[in-house]
Amino acid sequence: MTEPLVLGFETSCDETGVGLVRGRTLLSDALATSMAEHERFGGVVPEIASRAHLEAMVPTVHRALSEAGVQAADVDAVAVTAGPGLTGALLVGLAAAKAYALALDVPLYGVNHLAAHVAVDELQHGALEEPSLALLVSGGHSSLLLVPDLSREVISLGRTVDDAAGEAFDKVARVLGMPFPGGPPIDRAAREGDGSAIAFPRGLTGPRDAPYDFSFSGLKTAVARWVEARQKAGEPVPVADVAASFQEAVADVLTAKAVRACRDHGVDHLVLGGGVAANSRLRALAEERCAAAGIVLRVPSPRLCTDNGAMVAALGSRLVAAGVAPSAPDLGADSSLPIDVVGV
Amino acid sequence: MLVLALDTATPTLLAGVARRSTDGAVEVLAERAVPSGTRHAELLTPAVRDVLADAGVALADLGAVVTGLGPGPFTGLRVGIVTAAAIADARGLPVIGVCSLDAIGSGARTVVTDARRKEVYWATYDADGSRISGPSVDKPADVTLPEPVVGDPPFAAERLGRTVTEAQVTTAGLLRAAADQLDDPALFDGPTPPAPLVPLYLRRPDATPPTSFKPVTTA
Ligand SMILES: [Zn+2]
Repeated sequence: MTEPLVLGFETSCDETGVGLVRGRTLLSDALATSMAEHERFGGVVPEIASRAHLEAMVPTVHRALSEAGVQAADVDAVAVTAGPGLTGALLVGLAAAKAYALALDVPLYGVNHLAAHVAVDELQHGALEEPSLALLVSGGHSSLLLVPDLSREVISLGRTVDDAAGEAFDKVARVLGMPFPGGPPIDRAAREGDGSAIAFPRGLTGPRDAPYDFSFSGLKTAVARWVEARQKAGEPVPVADVAASFQEAVADVLTAKAVRACRDHGVDHLVLGGGVAANSRLRALAEERCAAAGIVLRVPSPRLCTDNGAMVAALGSRLVAAGVAPSAPDLGADSSLPIDVVGV
Repeated sequence: MLVLALDTATPTLLAGVARRSTDGAVEVLAERAVPSGTRHAELLTPAVRDVLADAGVALADLGAVVTGLGPGPFTGLRVGIVTAAAIADARGLPVIGVCSLDAIGSGARTVVTDARRKEVYWATYDADGSRISGPSVDKPADVTLPEPVVGDPPFAAERLGRTVTEAQVTTAGLLRAAADQLDDPALFDGPTPPAPLVPLYLRRPDATPPTSFKPVTTA
C-alpha cells in the first residue's frame, strides 16, 4: 500500500503556500507571495496579505496538483497552519483547507506553524532524530525548541523577548538604506565587510540572563545609533562592515544559545528553520560550532526554510503516520497558538 | 439542479441547499442561519455539512455553488468566498458570486448592513427588485435611502435614526441574485476554470506607505 497523500496549506504571513507530500517524499511546493506589495510599506500589511491569499488560493492549489501529477481526488488528508500568524491571513488558508477536506471527504489536521518548520527537514534529510533541538528564526519568530516527539510533544526552551531576528534585519537594512525584506541585502553586503569591525552588543548573554531567550531590540538600536553618529559627524558609513558586524552579532547569539541548549539537554541533533536560516553567516557559524561540539546540524534548503505549504503537509503526514486524531470540524485559527500544541 | 448557497457578509453566516428547476423555480431544501459573529471560519464548514445532511443531498449531487461577495467585514467575507471557491474547485462545479445585499429581502427599496466606522453598506432597488445604485459604503447622512429599508435593525436604528425592518441573506435570495448566471448554459460548458470571485470590498486596505522613516533612535 502506498503512503497517504497529504495536501498542506500555509497562509500565516505573506506567502500562500500549497504543498503535496506522500509519506516523507516532497511532491510539490507551490508558492505565491505578496511580498512585492508590502515593500513600500516597509513591512507586511495584514489586509493586503489576506486579500492576496484569497486571490492566489485556488490557482496555487492547481499548481501544486499539476506539479505533483496528481488529482484532487487522490488526496488522503489535508493539513493547514492553524497558528501562530496573522489572524486574517491564517483564516483564508484555514477556510480553504476545511472546504477542500469537506469536499474531498478526507480528514483535516490543523497544525502548528513552528512545528511545521521542523517537520519540513524530514523531506530532505529523512526521519528526525528524537529528541532534537530546533532553532527557528524568521521575520515572525525566533524560537529555541526541544523536540522529544514532533508528532506529540514540542517544548519551548526560549524565544525572543522583543523583536524577531528577521525584524532586526529589516530595521537595520532600513537604517543602511537597503530594501525590505532586509535579510538578503544585508547578507550580500556583509560578504565584503569585516564581522569583527564593530563590537555590537549581544543581547541576553549575561550570567543572570535567561539562557535560551533572545533580544534583538538593543542590537538594532545600537546599530542605528552607531550609523547615525557617523552621519551626524559627516563621516562615511562603512556599510559592509556594519552589515557584517550586525550579522555576526545575530549569528553569534543564536548559535551560542542553540549549542548551549543542546549541551544542557544532552541532545546531539540541531535543526535550523525559518527565513533567517537562509543567512550565509548563520549557516556557516552553526556548522562550525556544531562540528566543534559534536552536534549533527540539519538545515533544509533555503526554499524550504522560508514559509511554504510543503512544511505543513510534512507535519500533517507525520500526524497521519503517528495515528494522531484529526482536528474537530469547528477548528479555528489561533494567532498566538502556543508551541506545545503540535496538532490542534 | 441542486445548488449549495453560502454567505458570510454579515455576522449571521448562511448555508443552504436548494433545488432549482429549468423554469427558474427554487425550492429551498435546507437552510441554516448561524449567528456566528466573528467565528465564520469555525462554523461554516460544519453548517455546510449539516444542511447537506438535512436536505439528504450528497456533495456529488450538487450542480453549482453560489456565494455572496459582500460587501461585509473583510475577514469573515473572505471565509465564505474561499470556502465556496474551494468546494466548487474540489468537486469540479461552477461557482457564482453575487452581491450579498441583492440576496436580502426582496421588495425593499433599500438594503443596509453594518459597515462599522459609523458607515453603512447600502444598495437601492426599483419596484421590480433590480438594483439601481450601490453597493456602496457611506455615512448615512451623505446618502438618500428610499423607504422601505431592510437590513440589520440593531445597528441601523441608532445609525440611521429610522425604522429598518430586519432582513437577512437567504438561500432563496442568493439563488434569485444568481438567476441570470444559473440560466447561462456557458456556465456548465467544459472544465470549470479557477473561480474568479472578487469580493466587494468597497474600501482600500488601511495602510499608507511611510513618507520617510524616522531615525530609529528618536522613534
Ligand atoms: Zn515561519
